[in-house]
Amino acid sequence: MANLKNVTKKTKAQEMGMHTEVLTGRTQQKFFNPDEAENFYYFGTYDVDFNKRTDLDVKDMTAPEANKEIDNLMSQGYGTIVIKNPQGKHSLGVGILNKLNLIFEGSLGYFGMGSCDGPIVRINGRVGWSCAENLMAGKVVIEKNAGSCFGAAIRGGDLICKGSVGARTGIDMKGGTIIIGGDAGAFTGFMMQRGRIIILGDVGINLGDSMYDGTIFVGGEIGSYGSDAVDSELTSSDQDWLKRKLKVAEIGENFDVSKMKKIVAGKKLWNYDNLEPTEKKGAI
Amino acid sequence: MCGIAGLIHRGKSSNVGSELQGMLQALKHRGEDSTGYALYGDTDGKHFIMRFKVGENVGEGSSSVMEDVSVYDERKKIVDQTLSELGAKVVKEERTLPYSLRYEIDYDVKDLLNFSQTIESIPGVEILSMGKSLEVIKDLGNAKAVCDRYSLDKLIGTHAIGHARMATESGVDIKSAHPFWGYPFSDVSVVHNGQLTNYWNNRRALENKGMRFMSECDSELIAVYIAQKMREGASLEEGMKDSLTGLDGVFTYFVATKDSLGMAKDTMAAKPLVLYESDDLVAMGSEEIAIRSVLPQEIDTYDPFDGEVKVWRI
Repeated sequence: MANLKNVTKKTKAQEMGMHTEVLTGRTQQKFFNPDEAENFYYFGTYDVDFNKRTDLDVKDMTAPEANKEIDNLMSQGYGTIVIKNPQGKHSLGVGILNKLNLIFEGSLGYFGMGSCDGPIVRINGRVGWSCAENLMAGKVVIEKNAGSCFGAAIRGGDLICKGSVGARTGIDMKGGTIIIGGDAGAFTGFMMQRGRIIILGDVGINLGDSMYDGTIFVGGEIGSYGSDAVDSELTSSDQDWLKRKLKVAEIGENFDVSKMKKIVAGKKLWNYDNLEPTEKKGAI
Repeated sequence: MCGIAGLIHRGKSSNVGSELQGMLQALKHRGEDSTGYALYGDTDGKHFIMRFKVGENVGEGSSSVMEDVSVYDERKKIVDQTLSELGAKVVKEERTLPYSLRYEIDYDVKDLLNFSQTIESIPGVEILSMGKSLEVIKDLGNAKAVCDRYSLDKLIGTHAIGHARMATESGVDIKSAHPFWGYPFSDVSVVHNGQLTNYWNNRRALENKGMRFMSECDSELIAVYIAQKMREGASLEEGMKDSLTGLDGVFTYFVATKDSLGMAKDTMAAKPLVLYESDDLVAMGSEEIAIRSVLPQEIDTYDPFDGEVKVWRI
């Protein structure tokens, strides 16, 4: 049983007001501990070579056929796969639990890159609703716009949209970082529990509505604040982190982060311990 | 769930029947209880085109009551007689199916409300559309099935809207299928994806003002609501903007008139819409794959934000 009392929680992130960036659950510690990471593999993952590259034209494939072929190529050791003609198909690239360099030459429909853990993905197009839902680790970069529910319930990784996104971005997110180069729609950060959202442009009404925790940074105008979302002081640590993050994300590198607004949970509605159900089982 | 699609060519005509069929067929997984087209064809503008039905499709999956087919002929006779009494001359008549008809009418319609009320006072008869350009065609089945049944793939025009329906709040029948005609306005049609929660309050108020409802489908309210706003002097765009607060619920809808196409999205942005806009074409649908059926090449699309209203002209 994990001895939760002995876990050291104070980190720089927490000093910045990001209360739960270091996760306290037993499984989370194991999964995100660099020393433990090498011992952890998903069943059915492959040892791929990033220098081994191939193209895959999915024009005449269904989404399941395309996803199966991606898996097949990984099993052959391909570490860089370029997908041609995705043409807005739904559910492409879902469930990749592998290190992989994946490039889409075109736009995706709904649920693209859902439930992934580890791949580095670049989408040279637009994505539909619920892109990268439940992302656990890795990086997904969208060169154009994104639909609603962008990054819903993500738990880790970086999710970057260089254009604008629809409503409910980062709804229910539990970790990771979402970065938006343009504007974001209504209810951004709705019920978010952990993690960070950065929006360089304007954001719609009800920002951060009923958020439990986490942090939202906004560069433009805010339509309105949601229930229990409040302003917080933007510290120098925040600014340093924002600069680094925007640089790594290849987005807004010269953006003046000192004028960004920082929004956190007021915790008037707060009734939330930071253990997830699976973690609670381990602690009992 | 339902899916909607629409497109408008600016400065030219195109094969909008075939294009809309492709868009709606790409959305068939969102519902194929019924599919409807509102097509704005190239016409000389001399005659009114009246699409109407004298019965329901009672085929497999229909929620309509079976009728003796002979009543369709009887109703048609009464319609013909009524038109004659109104002084309207039928210059062209097409009967695609026993229950579905298309008339071209030579008649100076000064009061479309009175005209429509007179025709629809015949039991079992419903006007699907009236206009100099608009033709509403709707029936049970997916987009391809309806397109084939009514031979819509050759129709040339400037713009069109359509709907693939998964029936949730009313029956599987033609009267509940979209698009809805913006009764009693010539050439106005509406399609909708979503649910309206103040349907009955609005319906009662509009009925008191003399507006008519042919179904119990909540989406019909949008057509009637906007038509009423236009009767009161509002422009199409003003009526649509007013609907954002007047209608409660979640919705994305399209409205088309003889020379324009508009979209509106509710203030919670709960229903999807993807939009492509260029100088010569606007195409939009519930999902990007609908747009891809007419524009397979890589294009820039986006989701309109909450509370957004846009109108384009041909």
